[in-house]
Amino acid sequence: MNVSPDLDARFRAAALDAGLVDVRYDVFDSPIGELFVAQTERGLARISYFPDGMEDTLARVYGLRVLRTPLDEVRRELDEYFAGRRESFDLPLDVRVAPFHADVLRELARVPYGRTETYGGLARKVGRPRAARAVGTVMHNNPIPIVLPCHRIVGADGSLTGYAGGLDVKRRLLELEGALLA
Amino acid sequence: MHKHRLTDAAGSALQEMMEVVAREAIPPFERFYLEHRDGVLGYLRRLLGGRAEDAWQETFLRALRAYPRLEHGRHLRAWVFTIATNVAMDELRPRASDKLSQALNGDGYAATAELERDAFRELEHLTGELPPTERAAVVLRYGYDLAYADIGAALGSSEEAARAAASSGVRRLRRNFERQP
Repeated sequence: MNVSPDLDARFRAAALDAGLVDVRYDVFDSPIGELFVAQTERGLARISYFPDGMEDTLARVYGLRVLRTPLDEVRRELDEYFAGRRESFDLPLDVRVAPFHADVLRELARVPYGRTETYGGLARKVGRPRAARAVGTVMHNNPIPIVLPCHRIVGADGSLTGYAGGLDVKRRLLELEGALLA
Repeated sequence: MHKHRLTDAAGSALQEMMEVVAREAIPPFERFYLEHRDGVLGYLRRLLGGRAEDAWQETFLRALRAYPRLEHGRHLRAWVFTIATNVAMDELRPRASDKLSQALNGDGYAATAELERDAFRELEHLTGELPPTERAAVVLRYGYDLAYADIGAALGSSEEAARAAASSGVRRLRRNFERQP
């Protein structure tokens, strides 16, 4: 006896209405591949290029009541961004990281659309000029890539260095923003 | 050589421990839900027919409410079927409002409902001393006329185990009656 899509959708909506969900998520296609997106009551919590196993990560960080539900608002803002019609995001964020990471991510959020910054430059902005490598670690563990624009952080010589979603994705995001010539 | 064997032993012990942890870990709710949603719906349809969908939703809402209080991930299937059984019982138990409307209609049906209700109450009372599994099996079999396969599903065991629990419950009841003056 299979649960119909309609009954399934009704349950998911009722669970949300009853406030019984710790963290909800959705997976959708984008021009740079499949995106896993998660949101808590407080705001957007995760974007990942690798959906496999993310439910377990969410359960560890935000609570066991992990439920897939449509995240239309997040999807709309991302679609607008990919279409070149949005330069910054209006979504509230729920960032749960260690204090140094939080400082770096806060500065990262200020790097404007279409610009790049270096790891060393970001380190200087948080008052830790010699912490370029630590900043690289923060970028690597960025819970909300794209919205927190770690793709805008490049090496001192202008090389792209690295990216969780792969260098090709980093290049395409920078091209989309006009920071690199296509 | 010797060292290598030790490493193997340590490796397999570790493997075993990891399997135990994986068995006991509580999965994210989404995974639990996907695994059991169809089975629970089928079960409730057999019990409730057309009323199954509301009961199904109520079952998973109750499960979601209780989920943070789970202490381990063992027997989750039995757990959710028990919740479903409770929801179905609430649904099947004649309600006071039903009784009232039937009495007002005065078509003789009220008397039947009343009798069934008393029979159920009697059964609950009579089985109060039985161990929980036997009690559930007896009540589901004789109070709700469920098939043993459904009772097994509700109790997280097999059809045979449900049959055994019900018959041992009945034997125990008989012994209890015989002991009474």
